[in-house]
Amino acid sequence: MTPYWPSLAGGALIGLSAALLMLLNGRVAGISGLVAGLGRLGGRWAADLAFLIGLLLGAPLFAWLAGRWPEMRIEAGLPVLAVAGLLVGFGTRLGSGCTSGHGVCGLARLSPRSLVAVLVFMGTAMLTVAAGRLLP
Amino acid sequence: MTGPLRVAAALACGLLFGLGLSLSGMLDPARVRGFLDVTGAWDPSLAFVLAGALAVSSLGYALARRLVRPALDGRFHWPSRTRIDAPLILGAVLFGIGWGLSGFCPGPAIAALSTGAVPALVFVAAMLAGMAGHRLVAAGRDR
Repeated sequence: MTPYWPSLAGGALIGLSAALLMLLNGRVAGISGLVAGLGRLGGRWAADLAFLIGLLLGAPLFAWLAGRWPEMRIEAGLPVLAVAGLLVGFGTRLGSGCTSGHGVCGLARLSPRSLVAVLVFMGTAMLTVAAGRLLP
Repeated sequence: MTGPLRVAAALACGLLFGLGLSLSGMLDPARVRGFLDVTGAWDPSLAFVLAGALAVSSLGYALARRLVRPALDGRFHWPSRTRIDAPLILGAVLFGIGWGLSGFCPGPAIAALSTGAVPALVFVAAMLAGMAGHRLVAAGRDR
């Protein structure tokens, strides 16, 4: 059996980040929203950019603490990744959020809108993976 | 003057988020796709990540609901939209297809950039293009 405690502990750190961002700055930790926010210059620009820089530095910090880089196995080829990236970028803006904004933050405040979004994107992603198994 | 403090708090929160993603295994698209692979060798890791995250974020948000304002800002910026409409559903479907194809969602993809992996860079560049595309479409609709 794979030990799941790193997943649970890692999740708790993600939840702590979302809780602190709300308690300190009054902001939802939605990554797609933060990234898209950089495209319009507003008062939150510096804080949003700082969050994303912190996010970038998370893996090197983990590598320094753990003595190894996080595992990363990317199965999809570059053309598939490019198509997937376009869909994720467009879809998260149209649907106003991703796994963090609707998942970690929306579900935490019991938003019905976020619950629907999470069920739809998780269900669609599961169907997509299942469909991929049927193809040669 | 809370501006610099707000920026420092955001940096610290981003670092915690990236550290959590790294520890949780969510930077590994193969593992994420393992969770999504319900008809194959299902890997429940992501359910544990979400459960751990929600346990803490729910407490934090419940506390925030009892406060008048956050420590470093004049008010809480809670999302205001509550309608369950077509853009929400269509957007979630498109995101779900992209997530299923790649195993990447926005947070892990950005965190993965620091490993220097070219596939992550390609994904993030395409994601930014997709976001810019949505902005163009939205601007065209509003005109």
